[in-house]
Amino acid sequence: MNEVPLTHILFVSTALFFIGMYGLFTRRNLITMLMSIELMLNSVNINFVAFNKYLFPDKLDGMFFSLFIITIAAAEAAVAIAIIINLYRSHQSIDVDDATEMKF
Amino acid sequence: MNTSTIIFYAIAALILGAAILAVTTLKIFRSAIWLLFSLVGIAALYFWMQVEFIAAIQIVVYVGGIVVLIIFSIFLTQQSGKEMDKPAKGKMIFSALAALFGTAFTINLISHYGFNNISAAPFNPSVDEIGMQMLSTTSHGFILPFEVVSMLLLAAMVGCIVIAMKPTEATIVHLNKKED
Repeated sequence: MNEVPLTHILFVSTALFFIGMYGLFTRRNLITMLMSIELMLNSVNINFVAFNKYLFPDKLDGMFFSLFIITIAAAEAAVAIAIIINLYRSHQSIDVDDATEMKF
Repeated sequence: MNTSTIIFYAIAALILGAAILAVTTLKIFRSAIWLLFSLVGIAALYFWMQVEFIAAIQIVVYVGGIVVLIIFSIFLTQQSGKEMDKPAKGKMIFSALAALFGTAFTINLISHYGFNNISAAPFNPSVDEIGMQMLSTTSHGFILPFEVVSMLLLAAMVGCIVIAMKPTEATIVHLNKKED
């Protein structure tokens, strides 16, 4: 268990966060952008749990943070998908390039 | 190099490989399935860290909830077999450079920090411990965020229904009258 240092878990979550960021930059489809955001939120959760387990094992605060992040991510995904479906109804497309009415 | 270490690196490779495929594949349905594999890998990482409760929540909420919701919305909004347009070359290169630079910078920072205060105290994330602390009203309890998050979920649920509801004839007439 202790052969894997904390830094290696942090490397995995860092790489996952920047993979999500790459997806957010390159994708133009709203659903795939939402998937990239989910990846980024998950990498943050890994960080919280790893820090809690390795540095502060007598407390549980990191676990609670990840539980609340998971809840808020679920609410966010539900609202985002409702907005996407509504946008599809009015524009017949969910590309960010096609929804430019409110662009300055 | 014992079994536990090998399992960790296998899980890490699964998570990162599936995540890379999820953000680069051009078919949107495949992208959702790769995301599913990545989230299952993260649940496996939680099991490896022996936080079974978070792993169970991860599977229930993400794999069973969010990915299914995403797949439903894919079916509602487009032809899943169709390929998406490739992102522009320049944007792809600069995004990859930004991501690589960010990864290298952060990994450099982490590896130089050297976490010295690794604690050897026993870690006990049992479900009754979590439940007691979640609903406790003492100074280390989480009852207030718990209640606030329940209000947030209610608001999100009502908001989703209102946003996705088809406007009825009465509201359309009302809106048209306002415009006149």
